[in-house]
Amino acid sequence: MPAGANTTTEVAAAVADAHRREWAFVLAATVRVTGDLDDAEEAVQDAYARALETWPARGIPANTGAWLTTAAKRRALDLLRRADVSRRALPKLVGIEAAAASAPPSPVGARDAAGADDAENGVVVVADDRLRLIFTCCHPALAFEARVALTLRMVCGLTTTEVARAFLVSEPTMAARITRAKRKIAAAGIPYAVPAEADIRERVAGVIDVVHLVYTTGHTAPEGASLSRRDLTERAIELAELLRLLLPRDRDVAGLLALIYLTEARRASRTDADGDEVMLEHQDRSRWDRTYIDKGLALLATAVDGAAPSRLTVLAAIGAVHDCSPTWEQTDWRRIALLYDTLLAVWPSPVVELNRAIAIGFAESAQSGLDVLDGLAVEPSLVRYPYLQAARAGMLVRLGRRDEAVAAYDEAIALSGNEREQEQLRRQRGAAGGFSAFG
Amino acid sequence: MAEYLLLINTDESVYAQPDIDMRADHDAFRARHADVILGGAGLYGSDTATTVRTDGTGNTVVTDGLFAESKEVMGGYYLIDVPDLDAAIAVAKDVPFYRGGIEIRPVMVRN
Repeated sequence: MPAGANTTTEVAAAVADAHRREWAFVLAATVRVTGDLDDAEEAVQDAYARALETWPARGIPANTGAWLTTAAKRRALDLLRRADVSRRALPKLVGIEAAAASAPPSPVGARDAAGADDAENGVVVVADDRLRLIFTCCHPALAFEARVALTLRMVCGLTTTEVARAFLVSEPTMAARITRAKRKIAAAGIPYAVPAEADIRERVAGVIDVVHLVYTTGHTAPEGASLSRRDLTERAIELAELLRLLLPRDRDVAGLLALIYLTEARRASRTDADGDEVMLEHQDRSRWDRTYIDKGLALLATAVDGAAPSRLTVLAAIGAVHDCSPTWEQTDWRRIALLYDTLLAVWPSPVVELNRAIAIGFAESAQSGLDVLDGLAVEPSLVRYPYLQAARAGMLVRLGRRDEAVAAYDEAIALSGNEREQEQLRRQRGAAGGFSAFG
Repeated sequence: MAEYLLLINTDESVYAQPDIDMRADHDAFRARHADVILGGAGLYGSDTATTVRTDGTGNTVVTDGLFAESKEVMGGYYLIDVPDLDAAIAVAKDVPFYRGGIEIRPVMVRN
């Protein structure tokens, strides 16, 4: 074995690690050479394959990202040379020239993102490139589901098969969705660029929505046998951390990452040994992750500093109240009810009203909570929403109206699509019925 | 640079509103974007439209009216030449329209 050689296992681990950490970095740099997302994707995939072949003999390079970028760019140039220019029906990505030039400082401080401790000039440009890639994939001219799919494919490096599995659609459907989106980017001239100052807040909001959807889809999988999907929540955390790094002055990004950390802090106690959901009320709070809570609280302080809070920032503040309560009984429900009032102002939605009603049920009385909930039952969007019936059932149990509670649980079970959630509801229904048997 | 067609879709009832000076609004718009506008025009109302259709067997049929009936109809268009979609969206947001929307269509490049 030559000096510096590594075992195949070490190489496989290093390549997997580089795939996860550096995919966006490598792809974003390669797009500049190809001017086309498809070609860049192919070249980057080829570079990772080459790493698996050559690193066992030559050793794992010190800077895997730089090695992969060089390999991908070289491959991209080969592809370009071989390509019949006339075959290209679509124009190149616009904004590439601007990206390559020594770009003016980004309006949102992406330059700061490179950090003072990383003096190397190239890093600044690369940080900008990843940001360009994110804004291109999350452009509002693309359908929302296409933005989510493209971001997972292009920025996180998930395969089309993985993205299809994440959103429970067939692989050909997802492949077609991604192809259509890439085609639109080229044909409609969606730029490979950070948006203009005037549009930045709106455009960042669009990116935040994509990352948040990835997180919530992973946090409570809409269907299937497992309550959460770690593959998706981990990708969402990485995306949010990347955004935070690239847009350090954006308060809404701080709010998004705060929300994710403050929710993630409770992950270990969310499911029992059988994988069934444990409600917040019954969670073992000693298992909550202090590191995530502290990081979340610090970010939350940044996010609420002097501006009207965004929807996700208010959600993070609600999460913070729970995370800081030593017990369920000591939860500051009045504060939570007030935060839901704030949330309704920025985001009027029946689901928020439902959560506000639950908070009122604890801050005031079960009867006040039930009254608000019954007022919401006429809301068309809540008719098929299992949590409304589950919340009603909870209030009815507390009021001793057990037969009605059991009926409400039955309705919630019928409406839920997640097996773990159904199991949890069945247990609660059992408890409600059981009490009734004992008088 | 890339060419985009901005299709102005309007509820025609706005034409009857006396407080709207569409001509002055569009003159001002043209002046603001003179450097990117390649062409454009307003169209007479939908009651003046004529549609030629094929019946699928090689014959054509001429009928009175729009190709597709809808509440908003195309009332005019601009052809612009700008660097990218973001620039096209910025111009579209500035087009005087009162009810309805602007559809942005990239124009095919011919080599």
